[in-house]
Amino acid sequence: MATPAGIQTIEEIEPFEAAEEIDGGDVVLIDTREPHEYQEAHLENGKLVPPGLLGDEIAEAAPDKSARTILYCRSGNRSAIAAAQLEALGYDNVASMSGGILAWQEQGLPVVSTSGMTAEQRDRYSRHTLLPEVGVDGQLKLLNAKVLLLGAGGLGAPTALYLAAAGVGTIGLVDDDVVDASNLQRQVIHNTERIGMPKTESARIFIEGLNPDVNVIEHNGRLDAGNILGVIEDYDIIVDGADNFPTRYLLNDASVRLRKPVVSASILGFDGQISTFAPFEGPCYRCLYPTPPPAELAPSCSANGVLGVMAGTMGTLQANEVIKLILGVGEPLIGRLLLYDALGTTFTELKVRRDPDCPICGENAPEIPESEMGQFPDYDLFCAGAGGDR
Amino acid sequence: MATVRIPPVLRPKTGGQPEVEAAGGNVGEVLRALTAEHPDTQAQLFGEDGELNRYVNVYLNDEDVRVLDGLDTAVKDGDTVVILPAMAGGSR
Repeated sequence: MATPAGIQTIEEIEPFEAAEEIDGGDVVLIDTREPHEYQEAHLENGKLVPPGLLGDEIAEAAPDKSARTILYCRSGNRSAIAAAQLEALGYDNVASMSGGILAWQEQGLPVVSTSGMTAEQRDRYSRHTLLPEVGVDGQLKLLNAKVLLLGAGGLGAPTALYLAAAGVGTIGLVDDDVVDASNLQRQVIHNTERIGMPKTESARIFIEGLNPDVNVIEHNGRLDAGNILGVIEDYDIIVDGADNFPTRYLLNDASVRLRKPVVSASILGFDGQISTFAPFEGPCYRCLYPTPPPAELAPSCSANGVLGVMAGTMGTLQANEVIKLILGVGEPLIGRLLLYDALGTTFTELKVRRDPDCPICGENAPEIPESEMGQFPDYDLFCAGAGGDR
Repeated sequence: MATVRIPPVLRPKTGGQPEVEAAGGNVGEVLRALTAEHPDTQAQLFGEDGELNRYVNVYLNDEDVRVLDGLDTAVKDGDTVVILPAMAGGSR
């Protein structure tokens, strides 16, 4: 970048030289652009001093006139002019970064914005931040959200895919299974090469490849009454795609205790169900289904089959619910059960009421000991009958 | 006549039909018309005491009959009765 005419004496340095000096410390970094430019993206620790306010604000931003002071702007012109002005004011160790922040970013050097997002994130999530319902603030909520997925299989795969793409900052995965060839017809985050690998690990590899902003936490195991509270307490929202009733009731009882919202879906054949259970705000899973069905009415996907795309339809509906809960927009499926019939391509909505006599979230329900979470009076009988498809 | 929507797990008991037309002035009569037509559904829907099994949810249109009048809930022509057992498929 040529120095503007009439300014021949100032020192100009390349972005990589500036980066080295900044890394070394003891550098005052001044951004000589307008506030709206600064807000969009700026160098870390860069102090904004707009050209028109230089005389008024530089003394505060750079009180030591002998300190190393590096100026930058958009492309190098305004910072060169400002450098000359600073020299006239008595600053004796000033440099202007040639090419400005544009050249800096072209070389892949990092920038931050006052919104807390990097320039890379602003680009990645620009289709989100353009939406008034999301915006920068909403995207930051997503980046700070912690979501736990129960199951990294049929429902968990598409849910994880879209939550990761959306920039949900922490995604936990609970699964004790390994990837099997028969999973790949619907579990789209796994692949042929990873057959035999734990699903949590396969999911982590996929998510990290899709979006490095996501912190993936693997819980390679199965939830039980002894560990569930410790696992779910760190998360904001739980996504239930469990394959068996004992886990669904266990999750319900623990999530009501900790007041964690649960987005719950299930699929079988060509049919899907989804609802959102927000403890004490709406009904819980036991309000909807007080008792699990016997085994002959609780077939599994492995025994009965499931159309692969059903997992995608219901899993992405779950992701949609999670994102709405994080953003606080729209109408979540609280108190509503949505049924999807893929053969007819029809949706049916049913009302779900809080049960005043619910043993878990009812008005007079006593807090149960942890050992009783997920259980029923006839638990042994029930367990014998209604295992999932393990 | 009301339309009864049959969940996937019960369709083998109704010859595969996802919907069955059944007559009755209330939910109980409609469901008994269903079990008369498709006897294999009887044990799935009703216990030996003649009450609905607790694990079967029944809705008249979009409302749970438990918050209406249960099996005595009045049914009009054109109403839909939805039979809904819990499903747990998801992961594997």
